[in-house]
Amino acid sequence: MLPNQLSAADFAHYPPLAKQMATNHIALLQQLPLAFLPLLLREIIAYDWKFPAERKELDNQLAYLSSLSAEQFRESMSAFAALRLSSQLETVDWINQPLQFSEQLTAHLWATHQIDAFRAASIEYVHKLNTAAPPEPLQAKRLGMVIVGQGVAVNKYPLFRKLRPEGVYFHNVRPENGRELLVKTLAARAAAYPVAFGHWYIDGGNEGSASPGLTCMSYGSLDTVRSALVTKMRNIMQRGGAGPEALRTMLAEMRPEDLGLNGDGAQAILNRFQVSILTEGSGTQLFSTTFVQWSAREALRRAQPLTLLARFTARQREQSMRELLAGTQQRPVPDPEGSLIDADMGAYYTWINQERLSGADQAGFLVWFEDHHEALAIAPSLPRGSEDGSPIDLGELVSRLV
Amino acid sequence: MDIRRDIAVKDARSPRELAQAISWTRRDFLRAATGASAGAALFGFAPLQAMTLPPGRKVVVVTFGGGARDEETFMPEGQENIPHLLNQLIPQSTFFTQVVNRGILGHYVATASLATGVYETFNNFAAVPPDYPTVFEYYRKELKRPATDTWVVAPSNGFNRIGESGHRSYGPGAGAGVILPKRLLAAALSSEGESQYEHLLRDNYETPLYTPKLGGSEIELRQMAEILKLSVDDFTAHARSLASPDELSVYIARQLMRQLAPSLLWITLHDIDIAHSGTYSLYIDAIQRSDRLCAEIWSAIQNEPEYARKTTMFILPDFGRDSDTDAGGNGFQHHRTGDPLSRTTWMMVTGPGIRENVVVDRAVESTDLVPTLGSMLGFSPELSKGKPLSEVL
Repeated sequence: MLPNQLSAADFAHYPPLAKQMATNHIALLQQLPLAFLPLLLREIIAYDWKFPAERKELDNQLAYLSSLSAEQFRESMSAFAALRLSSQLETVDWINQPLQFSEQLTAHLWATHQIDAFRAASIEYVHKLNTAAPPEPLQAKRLGMVIVGQGVAVNKYPLFRKLRPEGVYFHNVRPENGRELLVKTLAARAAAYPVAFGHWYIDGGNEGSASPGLTCMSYGSLDTVRSALVTKMRNIMQRGGAGPEALRTMLAEMRPEDLGLNGDGAQAILNRFQVSILTEGSGTQLFSTTFVQWSAREALRRAQPLTLLARFTARQREQSMRELLAGTQQRPVPDPEGSLIDADMGAYYTWINQERLSGADQAGFLVWFEDHHEALAIAPSLPRGSEDGSPIDLGELVSRLV
Repeated sequence: MDIRRDIAVKDARSPRELAQAISWTRRDFLRAATGASAGAALFGFAPLQAMTLPPGRKVVVVTFGGGARDEETFMPEGQENIPHLLNQLIPQSTFFTQVVNRGILGHYVATASLATGVYETFNNFAAVPPDYPTVFEYYRKELKRPATDTWVVAPSNGFNRIGESGHRSYGPGAGAGVILPKRLLAAALSSEGESQYEHLLRDNYETPLYTPKLGGSEIELRQMAEILKLSVDDFTAHARSLASPDELSVYIARQLMRQLAPSLLWITLHDIDIAHSGTYSLYIDAIQRSDRLCAEIWSAIQNEPEYARKTTMFILPDFGRDSDTDAGGNGFQHHRTGDPLSRTTWMMVTGPGIRENVVVDRAVESTDLVPTLGSMLGFSPELSKGKPLSEVL
């Protein structure tokens, strides 16, 4: 099937909001090339469970495409239309299974040496899209906070090496009640700037916060979900003959209710997000450090929060994937020192991902070595590449950032 | 694939600027790191090899399946991870700073491309042979070498078909023997005993369920004892003292060198691919281990009479990993974006007749390896798309 053959009836199996959106834009969708349309449908089909910021981006994208003149439209899609696709791709049910189409398209582009052309076309397209729709002003400056090193008594690893050129290295921080102070900051911002999914706490252990307005998720609270997922993966493995494609398909089709979570109601959006972290992230099911890093990345990319607090804890030691999936391990043995190194890199990636969002030039960022005296702070008001040895507590430090 | 995810939305640098920046930093840091002379002076070299080449020349190729980035290796902050490469091997080597892989960035298909000199396009996760003839087939056919003269030691996932192609002029029986040490170990162990060796049986974190069917010229357990003169008991007992699958591979490679002394030996290390689990510290551990193992292989070459003073060693990652700044990836964890960093890596060549402490700045391609081996060993890889690297010939 080709895009110009689309009709409103083709969206019969879409969730309500997605169906409405696709139907309303059917004339536009019919004009898009096959190398582009299913990727857009992959976003539309998930519209009902997207965060507000994502919905706004998708609305803006459709508005942008609709606003183009015929010539502008042709030009914006020409690079995608020029890609050579196989007739086999046309037979995929890309309307109802755009993810599967996307995977096959990716393989085809790599195999035919067109991935670089696709990449270039994408960069050009999004550049024009962003230029056409400047971001709206934020209610407050963004603030990212990361806690690393839980359980490490003595450390010889040089922390924050990648971030030091960007801000101030504080090495005389008072660590007392540090986590509580940062959670308090998070809760206060959630109260002051009430935005749906605008303030997040992601924890590698079991910690959370009951403060209103916060979106909380933790590795520990998802123990049973992870176990259910790993059991399903193990079952596939024991059946034999399944390749990575079968596994990916199984994971992509996983719903919250398949793993013991509520798929409807107020928790539906967050639960679907949590399931996506475990099914789309590599290593998130097994290592808490990877879980926190990937969750923070996806929260920033998708929900674009005003405030994010991510706390890395000690992950279990390295084991074989077979051992991890088989569940033969008697009792997980933590690796605090290795986890600190993971978290140090995770903090750097969290900062990079915050830098991709609107308002990055005004945003603040803090990473603190839990229960120790070291922290690194970045803000437009702070000098870059400097050190500060004066005594300071975390509450005071974070107040300098925003 | 997500269009918005595939690009650095807020990154002011264009891909071209980014590529140039990487290119510049590669040149600057790699030369600073090695202290080597500039490769530009190499143009116009007369081939020295004909007069210096010792009889019975051998070649050992070591690839890093799993890819290591410059930042964790040759950049200033990464140099602490590769003391053996940096201080021991590079001063004896001709070093290519820009080896570009323009093919599919999956480990089996990319390694197959290295071995054929053509960018193979088959499904990375399929248990299929390369479409084009491999270097092992060219070597054996043209030089009339026996099957025992060329071997591949590789991780188990998928690589069992890499020894010989599906090409009609070559194919079954015409290529290299393939040893998959992890699979041998698994076969040697009872299910009760496997728990003691889990660290050596570790497989790819990205594709945990992938268990390809046996095929090609992979040797089986009973053959190992005959070929390597290594009893199953000795094999499992020694394995207990090893820390990782790559250590097991190097152990097997040394047995091969001792017992059969193949003239063309290809070793693929794979521990670095732990990066797919997202654990940076384990990725660094694996780089440090690979660095040490490369030095051990070179040391073994020097200590084996069949290899000493007549062996050229090539070391190269199959490709890189994604950059930290590409929005389509997640930094070191994967190699999915096709960005310049994930496509660009390095290669070092050392041995008799190879100029020492020389850096070659010009961009070369992964597919240039096979024609270079052909020129070096005296065969013509007629279907290979690459070009011989004159700097080491």
